Amino acid sequence: MSNILEKESALVRMQADIKKALQKPEDQRRWVMVIDTRKCVGCHACTVSCVAENKLPPGVVYRPVLEHEFGTFPNVGKRFMPRPCMQCDNPPCVPVCPVNATWKRPDGIVAIDYEECIGCRYCITACPYSARTFDMGHTYSQGTPQQMQYELEPNFEYGQEWPREEGVSPEGNVRKCHFCLHRLNEGELPACVTTCIGTANYFGDANDPDSLVAELIASPNAIRLKEEMGTNPKVYYLV
Amino acid sequence: MSKTLQRAAWAIAIIGFVVGLVGFYQRLTLGHTATNYGSYVPWGLWVAAYIYFIGLSAGAFLLSALVYVFRVKLLKPVGKLALFTALVTLAAAMFSIWMDLGHPERAWELIFRTNFGSMMGWMAWLYSAYFLLLVVELWFAMRADMAACAGEAGFRGKLCNFLTFGQKDTSDASVERDMNILRILGSIGVPLAVAFHGGVGALFGVVGARPYWNSGLTPITFLVGALASGGALLVFIAAIWGPNRGTEQHKKLVVFLGQIVLGLLLFDLLLEWAEYSINLYTSIPSHAASLRLVLFGQYWWVFWIVHLLIGSVIPVLLLAFSGKNVTAVATAGALIAVTFISVRLNIVIPALAVEELEGLKHAFSGPGLSFDYFPSTAEWLFFIWTVSLAGLLFLIGYSLLPLVTPQKEA
Ligand code: SF4
Ligand code: SF4
Repeated sequence: MSNILEKESALVRMQADIKKALQKPEDQRRWVMVIDTRKCVGCHACTVSCVAENKLPPGVVYRPVLEHEFGTFPNVGKRFMPRPCMQCDNPPCVPVCPVNATWKRPDGIVAIDYEECIGCRYCITACPYSARTFDMGHTYSQGTPQQMQYELEPNFEYGQEWPREEGVSPEGNVRKCHFCLHRLNEGELPACVTTCIGTANYFGDANDPDSLVAELIASPNAIRLKEEMGTNPKVYYLV
Repeated sequence: MSKTLQRAAWAIAIIGFVVGLVGFYQRLTLGHTATNYGSYVPWGLWVAAYIYFIGLSAGAFLLSALVYVFRVKLLKPVGKLALFTALVTLAAAMFSIWMDLGHPERAWELIFRTNFGSMMGWMAWLYSAYFLLLVVELWFAMRADMAACAGEAGFRGKLCNFLTFGQKDTSDASVERDMNILRILGSIGVPLAVAFHGGVGALFGVVGARPYWNSGLTPITFLVGALASGGALLVFIAAIWGPNRGTEQHKKLVVFLGQIVLGLLLFDLLLEWAEYSINLYTSIPSHAASLRLVLFGQYWWVFWIVHLLIGSVIPVLLLAFSGKNVTAVATAGALIAVTFISVRLNIVIPALAVEELEGLKHAFSGPGLSFDYFPSTAEWLFFIWTVSLAGLLFLIGYSLLPLVTPQKEA
């Protein structure tokens, strides 16, 4: 019994890891996410927690869970693959932006400036992972007699308040996963990581050799999507 | 005959304008919520319309260079019409892409926050330069004629009078001076047009994530397509609105333009063959996915029937076998020009309509999270409105400005 209590939970360890990383200058952090596909049961809780955290309107999704079915009966298998933004080190979505509204931050997170983005959607076409979606201005209460208050509440992306108003950013913008930057900077883990029912998600600073993610990505079963493209994603999958 | 067609054009443009107004109203009130493009197919009919119009503009302009740079005498009567067509289609292109933006009110950022590392960043500058050049060139091309009509009674006379800005010299020397200026302007315009339309091609060509676009041939195909479609539109316009209709000179002009268009269309088809055959024979199946959609997908008819049969085979036959018949040539021109929107749609959509990651299609649902794209009613209506607006601009310009001057050039 005492053994179980003494064993540190992954969440506690990761929380300590990010607190430690926050002590360092921004450009020395390297935020990395690791997703253990063997543990993922395809419950979509991360997708939903992300929608709730960032108050995503219909049509905008940062982290869908892709499902693959393989084999023939009775040897059938299913694999689940959550797909956040890869926060590429060489992000193809950045150089195409005509107005410099999206860029790679010193800590490696690819950000979008909602106040500057003109909504041309060129970056969507350039992302090899379909990680960007367009906020077309849909609402959940569309077509009902009354707009619900919850739809108007602000989200806190990029550490700023963004109340929902017709025609006002982030409506009309391209939006994507930002590793919950606003939470990170407060020392909190991304919403998807804390929500995952099976702790299939890991997060931390890969520049810190003692961090949990640094340990995980050094294993031979850690892969990245479309590695051959040279985008250098910062999301790893354990397969 | 052409008078009837001119009247029909007015009627169609006005009906289109009224009907399409609904689309414009919906764009203003509903924003992007009434459209079918979205997150997975982020560009739709309006982007296709933009490259369609801008191609028509570049093509018409480059052909006007035959008049003002290379001084091809035979084509001189339609020089101003070509420039004006280029201007009107440019306006339609800009309007279409402007309304496509998520935040049209921020369009100024394209000039003030330009990222020159982005092909799209270059566009705003190149179009602005092109617009200015077109206006100045058109003014010099019309100056003497405006001076001539400045004396007319009524609104047209007053307008001509105003637009001359006091430059009413109609002497041979002044006309000669205008021609020299036009040659210089045209010479600047040709590389500019090649740059901006090749640039639009490059805008697509550089997107490595989409193998269907990612080819060095893309900018070239854009340019040749522009010349073929812009030329085709010009042939049609020259046949219906050109000066001295019914004369031998007019016929010669239309026939000559028709043969140019035939050559350009065949060259365009050759490039298409190169692109398609290489892509289909490529050994990486996923790279040919978009192309398979074009040829055998749900909207196969857009390629086979609209583009290939109506927009290519029939016009090629008309131009090759009835190339001396003005009606046949004009029909061919109209068919090519109108159906070219299918070529543009087949460039934009299929590249986006394939999953980048397997399983994305069913991973999450919501508006815009679909790989099946067909323009919504609002998109069609707005497109119709843009076309009609361009048509009306052309018809109004045609009736108010001295775009054709039969007496002088006959
Ligand atoms: S996954 Fe896509 S959106 Fe995210 S950084 Fe890479 S290219 Fe950009
Ligand atoms: S949609 Fe916004 S962020 Fe994306 S390329 Fe256009 S302006 Fe830049």
